[in-house]
Amino acid sequence: MRRRLVTVAVLAGALVLPLGASAATPAQVERGNHLYGRYCLSCHGAKGSGTPNTAPSLRGAGALAADFYLRTGYMPLHEVGTQPRRTRLLFDEGELQALTAYVASLGQGPPIPKPRPSRGNLAEGMHAFTDHCAGCHQIVAEGGYVTGALPPALENATDVQIAEAVRIGPYVMPTFSKQQISDRTLDSIIAYVDYVKHPDDRGGWALGHLGPVPEGLVTWLIAAALAVVFCVVIGKRLRRT
Amino acid sequence: MRERLRTAAVVLGLLVLRRRRPEPLLPAEQEPIVPEGSKQPRAELLALGLLLFAVVCFAAFVAVYALDRLPRQTQLLGLALGLGLLSLAAALIVTAKRLVVTEELEDDYPAFEHPEEQETIVRTAEESGSRLTRRRLFALGLGAAGGTLGLALLAPLASLGPVIDMNPFYRVPWRRGRRLIDEDGRPYRASEIDEGTFYTAFPEGADKEELGSPLVVVRLRQSELDLPPENAGYAARGIVAFSKICTHAGCAIALYRTPLYPPAEPKPALVCPCHYSTFDPATGGTVIFGPAGRKLPMLPLTIDRRGYLRAAGTFDGPVGPSWWGVRNRGAKA
Amino acid sequence: MIRKLVRFIDQRSGTAPFVRKTLRYLFPDHWSFLLGEVALYCFIVLVATGTYLALFYTDSTADVVYHGPYVPLQGQHMTEAYRSVLDISFTVKAGLLIRQTHHWAADLFVASILLHLLRVFFTGAYRKPRELTYWLGLTILTVTLLEGYIGYSLVDDLLSGMGLAIGNGVALSIPFVGANLAALIWGGPFPGTSAFFPRMYIAHVFLFPALIAVLLTAHLSLVALKHHTQFRQSRRESERKIVGVPTFPGQTPRSLGLLLAVAGLLVLLGGLVQINPIWLWGPFHTYISTNGAQPDWYLGWLIGALRLMPSWDWTVGNYTLVPNPFWGGVAFPLVVFGFLYLWPWLERKVSGDRAVHNLLDRPRDAPWRTAVGVAMLVWVFLIFMAGASDRVFVFFGISYGWQIWVYRVAIFVAPPVAAFIAHRVCVELREGERVEQGRERAIAEARAEGGAGEPA
Repeated sequence: MRRRLVTVAVLAGALVLPLGASAATPAQVERGNHLYGRYCLSCHGAKGSGTPNTAPSLRGAGALAADFYLRTGYMPLHEVGTQPRRTRLLFDEGELQALTAYVASLGQGPPIPKPRPSRGNLAEGMHAFTDHCAGCHQIVAEGGYVTGALPPALENATDVQIAEAVRIGPYVMPTFSKQQISDRTLDSIIAYVDYVKHPDDRGGWALGHLGPVPEGLVTWLIAAALAVVFCVVIGKRLRRT
Repeated sequence: MRERLRTAAVVLGLLVLRRRRPEPLLPAEQEPIVPEGSKQPRAELLALGLLLFAVVCFAAFVAVYALDRLPRQTQLLGLALGLGLLSLAAALIVTAKRLVVTEELEDDYPAFEHPEEQETIVRTAEESGSRLTRRRLFALGLGAAGGTLGLALLAPLASLGPVIDMNPFYRVPWRRGRRLIDEDGRPYRASEIDEGTFYTAFPEGADKEELGSPLVVVRLRQSELDLPPENAGYAARGIVAFSKICTHAGCAIALYRTPLYPPAEPKPALVCPCHYSTFDPATGGTVIFGPAGRKLPMLPLTIDRRGYLRAAGTFDGPVGPSWWGVRNRGAKA
Repeated sequence: MIRKLVRFIDQRSGTAPFVRKTLRYLFPDHWSFLLGEVALYCFIVLVATGTYLALFYTDSTADVVYHGPYVPLQGQHMTEAYRSVLDISFTVKAGLLIRQTHHWAADLFVASILLHLLRVFFTGAYRKPRELTYWLGLTILTVTLLEGYIGYSLVDDLLSGMGLAIGNGVALSIPFVGANLAALIWGGPFPGTSAFFPRMYIAHVFLFPALIAVLLTAHLSLVALKHHTQFRQSRRESERKIVGVPTFPGQTPRSLGLLLAVAGLLVLLGGLVQINPIWLWGPFHTYISTNGAQPDWYLGWLIGALRLMPSWDWTVGNYTLVPNPFWGGVAFPLVVFGFLYLWPWLERKVSGDRAVHNLLDRPRDAPWRTAVGVAMLVWVFLIFMAGASDRVFVFFGISYGWQIWVYRVAIFVAPPVAAFIAHRVCVELREGERVEQGRERAIAEARAEGGAGEPA
């Protein structure tokens, strides 16, 4: 029974995925247009023309950018000029596909990438991540700080989103071309990011992979506190009853 | 035979486990040093239990160590040894609190000083010099010899490094005509340097780990570039290069913030992750935030006939953190 | 049995009188007197675990390619030093346990020294005749900070390399001699010659531990020669009479128990809580860095100071008089340690108190000392917290630049305020006690007069 369910799910996925990913139906684009008018038009303008000093044009942004900004909940942005943050999704799956299809129809843009991290090499990924990403996102992808912005932790980033972000460079992130980071290297980077979501924590409780700050907290709140407890227990000597 | 063994075992067990009445060590009339306390059989049992648990833990540690390919071996080892130690500690604390008598004694503090002994020491020292006629000079001589001996012993420490020669601090491997290569040794072409991203470059044929080697290279729009007169001509088709080593404390500048939509987002800047010194590439690497006290050294670039990026000279200042002579002269190729 | 052993040893060493006195040496009663012992036991754990690690560590910066069991690093270039610590963590059985225990012991060592120092400061234990003991203790703390820094630098992972780069920047920033000094230590400009790691290694495993051991011996000898200080808990304690538990049988099982408890705690932490997972940081190169790099907690106050300093290099013409990192990395700790070293002398100058003190003050008994100590503590703590402001931004979204400005103001405003509050609290507590005592005396007098009721 269970096996049959799985088979059905796989078949359904195989049917739905290509539809969602590439071949957008006119009905979808029409629905997307409708949603665009409701949620995006006020900033991005009619037919994605953009508004000076407020929002960029979406012509040529392609399905790649639309998929990224919508699925991370970065868009709609609640305040122009602030860093987009991962938020609750406003749209359901059908609406997401429709909007993405509409934005893709506005110009010649890149399609949604199909990364295959299983092809990647973990060691190459760690090396490339260290060179290009660790400065902002921290070496174990726990997120960090750059003056004026907050490079996010990557624990919730999906493979596709990582691939998209590398090519887009959202907010103040650099934009990496295929010449700089090939699709092959990108697969390795994604493999590495996936790995560090649950890395080899053979040392025990991982403390969020942040190093000295939580270690200092453990030193004081657990080790030093217990040491004081030992002293109190041992130092009390049943006197002056 | 078996019968005998069993009897022996029982006898042995009784011998070990029986409560022994301690024989009076001293004749009865002598006053005890440590006062006698009441018996605490339950605490004794507790301490014994804790000791037994410690034995089990320590044995488990050895067993876990001996096993190969155990998942979570570090955790099991730590648990076994740590709990064993804590259990032994607990046994000792029970011993201290219940099984030995906790006396509360008084004693005199030691004398604050010993005037007679002090006097004797002083007189011994003074009287020992009775044969000297030039005491002051003699003391001076001793002091001079001791001081110079110290100096002589410390002098070889100068072999540790170039203590006087400051040239190594000005020296950088960049000179006119050197190509910019990436980490794998491939030379950079100007055409592959895109806007909105950053590249790490090294001098062709030099040591990558040297502080003067690594560059951070970015391309800006001509309209964004606002180089000061002394850096005029340093950019090549909007491509600018800076030392990748922060002028504050020497960390690598591995952060380039570059707005995707410039009017609404912070302007491009190079940032050091150690203390967040922030440098503006458009104005020749000036400090716009953070503690750095010097602008980033900038390297003039040219593009050769085949399109490769080359240094057009050396940095406009020494690389790395500031020191007393860092502004005295420029970087030396 | 015991008798035979004692006779044998005494006949061959003549130590019976000394041992007899030692057995009956008195330890006064208060839990806070054990904090120093915790530090001592951490040191013992450090020496034991460190010796084991030294059997496997390689102090070479020669370039090697990793082929060990940790997949994400396979094929990467690294130094032999870093590879040897990877091997300790992955292939040496029990190596990771010992390494993590060593690191936790270092973190707790400094923490317990600090707690001990706070106890000594706020109770006035450093006063005559124990100034030497106090100065020796401070020197141990100084050496320990350096020892810890070198210790985690030896690993040569990305974090320790960045730490060394900053240390080099701080050394360079010393006016007039910084570059010369840095050139001596590193053998040249950063990252230094191949001699630098062996130098750090010999310092970490021999010079500094030996120095700490010598200072510790002197510190403990002085403690024993002058006997412990004590609180006045009853009528029996006085400046002349010490009241306490003898070494044997009272104190010995307690101290041994504490040693084992501290060791057990550290081993448990070493086995269960991951510290410095160096395989995740990767190897160091001068041209790479990571966000969120921090030093171990006991150097956090320095990174805070480095970050708070505004962008100044003091120059006279072309000569750079005071490069920026000097303020946070050298001047700030000099002020703090200078204050600590000079404090016994300062206090004596101001108070004119030249008496011998064997009885301790409670913090409330010396409101001014408590106030000054609290102000100093608040000052250092705020600067320490400033070092973690980037993480605060990441977790709580409070703007970094804004935090830096708040701290820049707070480090000047908060200490005097804290001092004022501490002083008031001390005075009030004492006032409360006086009222209480007066009440009790009145009740006692009323009782003595034969009155049945309590005075209202």
